[in-house]
Formats: sequence, structure tokens, C-alpha cells
Amino acid sequence: MPKKLMKGNEAIGEAAIVAGAQAYFCYPITPQTEIAEYLAKRMPEVGGVFVQAESELAASQMIFGAAAAGARVFTTSSSPGISLMGEAMSYITAAELPAVFINIIRCGPGLGGILPSQGDYLQAVKGAGHGDYKLLVLAPSTIQEAVDLTIEAFRLADKYLNPVMLIGDGLIGQMMEPVDFESCVKPPRLDCSAWATTGCAGREPHIVKTLFLDPNVLEERNRRLKAKYERMAREEIRFETYGCDPPPDLLFAAYGTTARVVRTAVDRLREEGASVGLFRPISVFPFPDDALRQVAHQPQVHNVLVVEMSMGQMLEDVQSALQGRRPLHFYGRGGGNVPAPEELIDEAKKLLGNGHGGKK
Amino acid sequence: MSAPTTIFRRPEALRDAFTHYCPGCTHGIIHRLVAETLDELGLRERTIGIAPVGCSVLCYNYFNCDMQEAAHGRAPALATGVKRVLPDRIVFTYQGDGDLASIGTAEIIHAANRGEKFTTIFVNNAIYGMTGGQMAPTTMPNQVTTTCPRGRDVNTAGWPIPVADVLAQLRTPAYIERVAVHTPRYTVQAKRAIRQAFQYQAENRCYSFVEVLSTCPTNWGKTPNESVQWLEDVMVPYFKLGLKKSPDRPPVE
Repeated sequence: MPKKLMKGNEAIGEAAIVAGAQAYFCYPITPQTEIAEYLAKRMPEVGGVFVQAESELAASQMIFGAAAAGARVFTTSSSPGISLMGEAMSYITAAELPAVFINIIRCGPGLGGILPSQGDYLQAVKGAGHGDYKLLVLAPSTIQEAVDLTIEAFRLADKYLNPVMLIGDGLIGQMMEPVDFESCVKPPRLDCSAWATTGCAGREPHIVKTLFLDPNVLEERNRRLKAKYERMAREEIRFETYGCDPPPDLLFAAYGTTARVVRTAVDRLREEGASVGLFRPISVFPFPDDALRQVAHQPQVHNVLVVEMSMGQMLEDVQSALQGRRPLHFYGRGGGNVPAPEELIDEAKKLLGNGHGGKK
Repeated sequence: MSAPTTIFRRPEALRDAFTHYCPGCTHGIIHRLVAETLDELGLRERTIGIAPVGCSVLCYNYFNCDMQEAAHGRAPALATGVKRVLPDRIVFTYQGDGDLASIGTAEIIHAANRGEKFTTIFVNNAIYGMTGGQMAPTTMPNQVTTTCPRGRDVNTAGWPIPVADVLAQLRTPAYIERVAVHTPRYTVQAKRAIRQAFQYQAENRCYSFVEVLSTCPTNWGKTPNESVQWLEDVMVPYFKLGLKKSPDRPPVE
């Protein structure tokens, strides 16, 4: 199959089918509704389940039920809907089940607007729901990467028996780009015969639950989750650097679509002779702290500039990674505005000084 | 003399366990009726039950079949998820009135309206039991609870929601009946209804829902005997027993 020009939302829907998703439960919300519309057509064609639920609360709890019954399942939504799904995320994580959540982020708070944003970063990496839990969170910056990471999300959910979330700002859902499904590999079927609730013929009953009234039993489960997240931090770190060899005077840090705008700004600044580079986290939980430190703590790097479509959320992770050893700056846009390369070039020049850093 | 014959035993679909339910509570009877039904229809090994939040959250300690435990009110959503991916299995939710009639109102109405092919056993005891006796959507007018210490005021808290009657209004075919278990005669009728509900599911006919009026001596502040009398005198006249809707017949007026 040659490359196909697809809208991000539809490409994500097709990627889930390529990944072997068996059931999809959803509730319409802009700017991700095309995923539901696409899958309303596609899931029946591949013998899968499509259900439009009465709310995001219900859709995400249907995911819980189907995941416990051993099916490869996922749901998609956008910010206000993800808030409602926080309940199910907590339960599914507590029950140690695989599931994939996709958030095509719109701007907030409240109803906010329907334009792109990265304002749900902290909700994603810190947890939308209650209790001591984490999701593995991936942030694509192109439609092809959204496809690849959607498929990867299903594999990782199985690997860790933990929900995985893909976050894309509204542009990831709405842009059209050529995508290739040919090189995509469907993750193998998970053997869930030891715990799935499928009927107890020939075995003892399976119980999927999250209530543990004995503090020692619950603490043991808390520790098991912690160990899982530590393993993720060892094995699932993903990031990309651009223009970092040799080390730049000014290092941008950005993810998602914002990182693509930064890339354009980096190219133009470098054409002018400035020493600038980009660090782009792809896994945002676990966050690539060590990798960022290795780049940013090189003596040539004098400033770090975080750019986000929010008022500063990934900024907290960058701050924590840098441990105060480099001056940290922030440029953010909100309300659905996407930063233009010119804005970033102006910001960079303030930090680089007239000499453009590289020439000092 | 012939060998002794067993005439009463624990159903295979119930585990050998000590109950955590209070003396005089009828959850145990309702559990037994469900378990007998699973045995009689030969469904136990392909059944997945969904436990609610409330007193019966621990019902997976008693039902000897695969079980999931839901968040408060979400059992019908879990059941939808399970039944849609495993359509040849038997799925039931077991829910109390706080769970089903308050926080889970949207889930139960839409599951019923989609005609999901699972069964709901709705235990209505007119109060929140596990949290210690608060007002439920099914609490009777003037009934005293910890959150309506002067009695339920229907001007501010509304009237008890007759869930079976409400669901029977939906156009989607379903089996809906309200029963009680506080006397042997009612219990026999309740057993017939629960069996009918699972039978319809086994035939993949329709959504099935049995509301069972139940006692809560602990939180009603009554003895078991007083509770039975109160249920008969106060609840039964309001929550009218009987068949509300059947896939075989038009609704009973």
C-alpha cells in the first residue's frame, strides 16, 4: 500500500484497527469526533465492536469491562471528556488491565474552545483520576508518528498491564499528512487466560476488582504499580534531538506540534548562524530527564527555552530535570493560538543577544 | 429404612463463605435466588457478574462465577463492555439503589434503552446501607435517615424513584418486573422472575431487569421482624409489585 493522505483523526482510527483493537467505546466531542465517525464505519467491517456511549464516564467504564473480559480496547476523547474518563483510568490502572486512551487536546479550562492546545499535559502525566497511579503517556508530532505510537500504545498497554495514553494537540487530529501503514506491525495477542473474566468453565472463577480493605495488601499493590513505573522509566524513554550536535547555545524544549514550529524556527535561526537546537520528548511519562540533562548540562548550552501551547506545563518536568543548573525560560500561547516561527525567533534572539550566541 | 435424601443444599453458584450482611437483611435470599437460577439453567460456567459499590460490593465473595467490580453506578457500562465483546456469555449486574438509582442513573437508562442483552438485579432497600444509612433516591416520604434527619421532604428531595416503572416507559423491548422477598410467597414469585430474566438473556431476547424490594434493619433502626412489616406496609403500596414490561406482551397498565 502506498502512502495515503489522511486526516490525523482518521489515521489514528485506522492505526487502532491495524493494531488489532477489538472494541471501541466513545462519545462525540470536538476536535476528535472524526475518530468515532471513522470507526463507526470501520469497526463493523473488521468484526469489531463500536458503541457510542451515553457519556465519557460510561464509554471509559465500558472499556474497563471489555478489558477485564480480555479484549484489546480503546477510547478517544478531548479534554473535557478526558476529565470524565479520569474515573475509569484510575480503576483500570488499579485492576492492572491494558487499555488505550487517546486525548486530542482542545483549549481550556472549562469548555474553553475547540482549537489546539497542550493544556492537558499535567492531567495526562500526573493523572486525571484519583489515587496513586500513572499512565504511560506518548506525544506524537506528526500524523505518521501518531499512527506508529497508537500501535505502540497497544503493545505497551499489554506489556505493562496498564493504560497508555496518547496525547495530541488538536492539530494532530485535524491536519492531513501522508501516512504509511505498510511498515506497521500488529502487536501479538496478549495471553490473558490467567485473569480475564470469560466464564469459569474448567477453572476457578476470576475476579477483577480494585477494593482492597487490608492496608498491607493495598500497599503491596501500590508498590507493584510503583515498580511498573520505574520499569517504564528504564525501558520506555523516547525523545528526539535536533541541532544538538555540536551542543547549541540555546536549547529549545518542546513536544507535539509545537516542536514542529520550533524546528522551523531552529532552521531559520541556524541559517542566520545562531547556535540553537531542539530537545523533543516523545514519551512524556516517563519523562526523558536523563537525556535532557545530558544535552542541557553540556557547558556550551547557556539557556533553555520551553515552548508550549499552554501557560507552562511540561515546563515543570523540564525544571525538575534541569535541577536549576541552567537558566530556564518559557514561551507559551493559549486560547487555541499556535506560536508562529517568527515569535520563537524573536524570543530566541532575546536570549542569544545580538551576537546570536554561536559567535560569542 | 431408605438412605437419607438431600432436599436442600447450597447452590454450586454460591461459595461456601460466611456472610457479611446484617441479620435480617434480604441480600442473602436474593443472592441465593440468582445462584439457584444459574445452576438450574446451567449458566454458571459462562457467567460474568458485575458487583456494584454499596453493601453488595463484596458479592464476588459469594457468587461462584467470574466477577468484576465496578465503580459506583457504572456496573451497566462494564456489563455493556463485557457483553459486547463476549456476546455468547451470560452477564448480570447486581446493584443497590444508591448505585443504580442515583449515581448510575444514566448508565442504567441507556443500557436498558440500547437493549443490552444482560440482566440487572436491582436491590431496593430505600437507603444507602454501606455508608451508614443516608437518604437514597428510593427513600420513602418522611422516612428518617442520617441525611434527612427530619424525614424525607418530598418538596425538596422529590418522591422515591420507581425505577422499574421508569424503565418500563422505554420503547425498547425488555423484561422488567418488581418483586419482593420478605415472605416465602413473595420469594417464590421473585425466584420465578429472576429465572425468567436470565432465561430471556440466555435466549438473547432482550435486556432484563428485576427490582427486588429488600430490608435494611440496621439502617432502618428496626428489628428484622419490624423491617418485614415496614416493607409490607410502607414500601409495597408505593413500589407496586408485578410485571412492568415483557418482550412477549404489551406493558401491564
